[in-house]
Amino acid sequence: MGFFVSKLVLDAPSIERSVVRMAHEILEKNKGTEGLVLVGIQTRGVILAKRLQKALQDIAKAEPPLGILDINLYRDDLTRVSEQPVIHKTEINFDLDGKIVVLVDDVLYTGRTVRCAFDALIDFGRPKKIELAVLIDRGHRELPIRADFVGKNIPTNEDEIVHVHFKETDQREEVVVASK
Amino acid sequence: MSPKEGAKKEFRWTKKDLLSLEELSREEIELILTTAESFKEVSSREVKKVPALRGKTIANLFFESSTRTRTSFEIAAKRLSADIVNFSSQGSSTSKGESLRDTAKNIEAMHVDTIVMRHSSSGSAEYLARFVRAGVINAGDGIHEHPTQGLLDIFTIREKKKTLEGIKVCLVGDILHSRVARSNIWGLKKLGAKVRVCGPPTLIPSKIESLGVEVFYDLDKAVRDQDVLNILRIQLERQQGAFFPSIREYAAEYGITMEQLKKAKPDAIIMHPGPINRGVELSAEVADGPQSVILDQVTNGVAVRMAVLFHTTMVER
Repeated sequence: MGFFVSKLVLDAPSIERSVVRMAHEILEKNKGTEGLVLVGIQTRGVILAKRLQKALQDIAKAEPPLGILDINLYRDDLTRVSEQPVIHKTEINFDLDGKIVVLVDDVLYTGRTVRCAFDALIDFGRPKKIELAVLIDRGHRELPIRADFVGKNIPTNEDEIVHVHFKETDQREEVVVASK
Repeated sequence: MSPKEGAKKEFRWTKKDLLSLEELSREEIELILTTAESFKEVSSREVKKVPALRGKTIANLFFESSTRTRTSFEIAAKRLSADIVNFSSQGSSTSKGESLRDTAKNIEAMHVDTIVMRHSSSGSAEYLARFVRAGVINAGDGIHEHPTQGLLDIFTIREKKKTLEGIKVCLVGDILHSRVARSNIWGLKKLGAKVRVCGPPTLIPSKIESLGVEVFYDLDKAVRDQDVLNILRIQLERQQGAFFPSIREYAAEYGITMEQLKKAKPDAIIMHPGPINRGVELSAEVADGPQSVILDQVTNGVAVRMAVLFHTTMVER
């Protein structure tokens, strides 16, 4: 292990504000919650999606359904990764046909995770539209994918690592960028 | 993909073969059960397929007849997008005298990633795994083990009873010839269940107690207070040795009827690996009754075999 320098880019109140703002943007863009569903990517995308769901409930008094997606089975590097991924649960208990799906993840980086999620979603039905919400966009895309709703854009180097910590999984609430 | 720092050091699978439950650790068994839970959802989708094993080739190599297990493996492989081919011993080169080793080497030369084998000789799967680079899944070897059946039984018990710790399981029938019984005993004991076996003395292997099970010869006593009754098939094809006087007498002494079932716990579940000899091991009333989970076992078998094929095939050769 090398020497790490960590830089705080979002603290707990900033994460909270970003989530509320993204919820407002989702409502503005889609003119309400009609036909809207949220799908979070395991594991921290699910936490973020739950928070967006609560924020939408607070603002619009309507709770869009929430699905959970594990994209590991759709990865393009699945047979090449040296360590087998742990397969978590996928749970989408509602019909996606004709729906506006807001796909939620914590960090947008190469875009490959989102590509996997598209394949998985299409196996569940034919949404009218897929929109993408992420807490952090750190750049360095390898596929032509962009987010519709972004908590914060953070310019990074490729050798840096973005750590999103949520209190549900990590006992603390912050986003830090670590570099070697 | 965001690197997940601080993620718990999760247990990883490293075996290319699944030969027995005897050789698996508790962690390995639990990992397969957890993965199978995730895979169960895939079979309930409208598009029942994920691309996880795309481009992998799996061969079913069955030297003993089987419909259920072979089909279950076939469906499992297809739901993971693997290509699967079936070799059966009838009408193949084996009937022309080719050895197991040569047959397997030939299959492997076609770049098969995993071989699923059923064979009448105990230990054949382990023998095969020693000289092929491909992964080997034991789908039943003689009277030794049938690990995926053991896993799907354990998965079904866990699903219905929420835990295995302290759960009381009674295996009834021909324990001597049953690879299903052996796999169940190894797996259940590792996960903390209390296991007893019951059958005619001629069909209980001597020293079975050394595996940590209780032995009963009286069915009425054996089923009392049990959470699970796993009823083994009387393997009519293996009964040349006169182990009991007649099928009728066996059914009268060891067949499960509603009356016997009432002596177990009120929420006890009835299991059977199939195919059922109705009226022999189980009355139709019990097999089709509300406490029977026999068809859940079949459904779960696909999910469990998907998990086994996934973990073993993904290990680097």
